[in-house]
Amino acid sequence: MNRSQPLVLGIESSCDETGVGIVRGTDLLTNTVSSSMDEHVRFGGVIPEIASRAHLDAFVPTLQAALAEADVKLDEIDAIAVTSGPGLAGALMVGVCAAKALAVATGKPLYAINHLVAHVGVGLLDSRPGGAGDAGPALPENLGALLVSGGHTEILRILSITDDVEMLGSTIDDAAGEAYDKVARILGLGYPGGPAIDRLAREGNAKAIRFPRGLTQPKYMGTAEEPGRHRYDWSFSGLKTAVARCVEQFEARGEAVPVADIAAAFQEAVVDVITSKAVLACREHGITNVLLGGGVAANSRLRQLTEQRCSAAGIRLHVPPLDLCTDNGAMVAALGAQLVMAGIEPSGIGFAPDSSMPVTTVSAPAPQAAQAAAV
Amino acid sequence: MLILAIDTSAVASAALMSDDAMEGVVGSFSTEDTRTHAEVLAPGIEGLLAEAGVTGADIDAIVVGVGPGPFTGLRSGIATARTLAHVWNKPLYGLMSLDAVALEVAESTEAPAEFLVATDARRKEVYWARYTLTAGQLPKLVDGPHVGFAADLPDLPAYGAGAGLYSDILRADPDFSEEHPDALYLGQFALARLEAGETLLDSTPLYLRESDAQIPGPRKRAL
Ligand SMILES: [Zn+2]
Repeated sequence: MNRSQPLVLGIESSCDETGVGIVRGTDLLTNTVSSSMDEHVRFGGVIPEIASRAHLDAFVPTLQAALAEADVKLDEIDAIAVTSGPGLAGALMVGVCAAKALAVATGKPLYAINHLVAHVGVGLLDSRPGGAGDAGPALPENLGALLVSGGHTEILRILSITDDVEMLGSTIDDAAGEAYDKVARILGLGYPGGPAIDRLAREGNAKAIRFPRGLTQPKYMGTAEEPGRHRYDWSFSGLKTAVARCVEQFEARGEAVPVADIAAAFQEAVVDVITSKAVLACREHGITNVLLGGGVAANSRLRQLTEQRCSAAGIRLHVPPLDLCTDNGAMVAALGAQLVMAGIEPSGIGFAPDSSMPVTTVSAPAPQAAQAAAV
Repeated sequence: MLILAIDTSAVASAALMSDDAMEGVVGSFSTEDTRTHAEVLAPGIEGLLAEAGVTGADIDAIVVGVGPGPFTGLRSGIATARTLAHVWNKPLYGLMSLDAVALEVAESTEAPAEFLVATDARRKEVYWARYTLTAGQLPKLVDGPHVGFAADLPDLPAYGAGAGLYSDILRADPDFSEEHPDALYLGQFALARLEAGETLLDSTPLYLRESDAQIPGPRKRAL
């Protein structure tokens, strides 16, 4: 296997995007994505079974398109990488089975990759302005990652992208993007909720209403020396309920619902608590570089406030191009290439997808290593 | 003609079938349980190929059971078959998974002229189909596949794990009360039909049920 500039094909199917990306070392050759988002619109959120059905039909065409765009033949690939978790179980299963079949058919080594760490790995790709890779094919020192999407909300510390990643905090209920979708439904704004609320919030007064910031009470926060249980964690389900109550109160009084103000106040509550806790986690763990990932990175207010608070805390913020922030196969390929270059052994074809794969598992261990660990 | 058959509509199974081999079987494997498809299928196929000393280039066609069966498991076989067929550039055919049990019944000595095949559809329902049999011929599908309650099935001898589950209601054959569709019979069926010049299905899964997603109604207003 070429371990210095490996040609790696990455497969992503953890939510509603079927992605196939190809990289050579840290060079991005293609990022091909087929989304089933349109099929979820009428339901107001991702329906796992619909996403799984769409993955099955999209995989081969997406693979073909990616190989054509990158002008690469399967024979030339050095390794295959696939998201094996975390994500929707049925959706992961399609990508994992397809990836394993690809490995059997081509004889290429297969890496079973952690989706969250892959969001960080995308920052290593070169020649994409704004990416963490603009300093060269190495991640910056003291790196953290803030991941915000419809499926997850996490703050990670990355000591080594290939084998040492730590979860500092995460949502204990809804993901931030999920909260946007649910609130957009309450406000009658359609799906996906993020862009709709972001747009409308610009016309509203965020200070008109104050919504709660979850898990910010002292009992959850503790102190830097004695951190509470949820010092860096988030919770958005109470916020969603508060928005619903607020709307009901206006309706009960027979008043017009100030939709723009509510959207702005909701967005402010989400963005405020995400950024303040993320920056706190960074300061208390010596993190001086933060990579922003996940689809909600597109949110204008989140980017603005994250930039503002990071720079006030002396933290440098890296935001990859948006098509690399949302779920895609290129990020899986990018992390796969890092694993190959670091000499990590492939996972083989016997692993099971894991819908709650922890970030401490960057890639599923090779069978021998897994056996040794079990002894 | 060398065929790779795969079925994951209940258990995961795969078989290499050839008209040159005894009983058509070059090699086969199947799992006991119905929930580890993603782990066992690819290693199983790899082992099958290695043991038979064949590569993708030697295979003439791939056949996959398209269900009905529990969705996630069913897709694991179809995703595998589609990918193998694409990479190896081989024709891919689908076969209704209950046909595998029907052939197994037809090959038993006491097969009746008309019968049902039923598999477990979970949620207290079965996937089922009705077949007729003429001596010396392949079983003929005359109704189905359907999904429904055992109590609503026609009054005929019933074969397969779905019949076994509801043996209090159905005329379940005890010798077949734990039988699942197996790639071995599926491959045999496909080989016979391809050689007879018959057409097979494509690899579109037979879900028979909608995705269960509810379109949310309008939010109730406070007044
Ligand atoms: Zn993601």
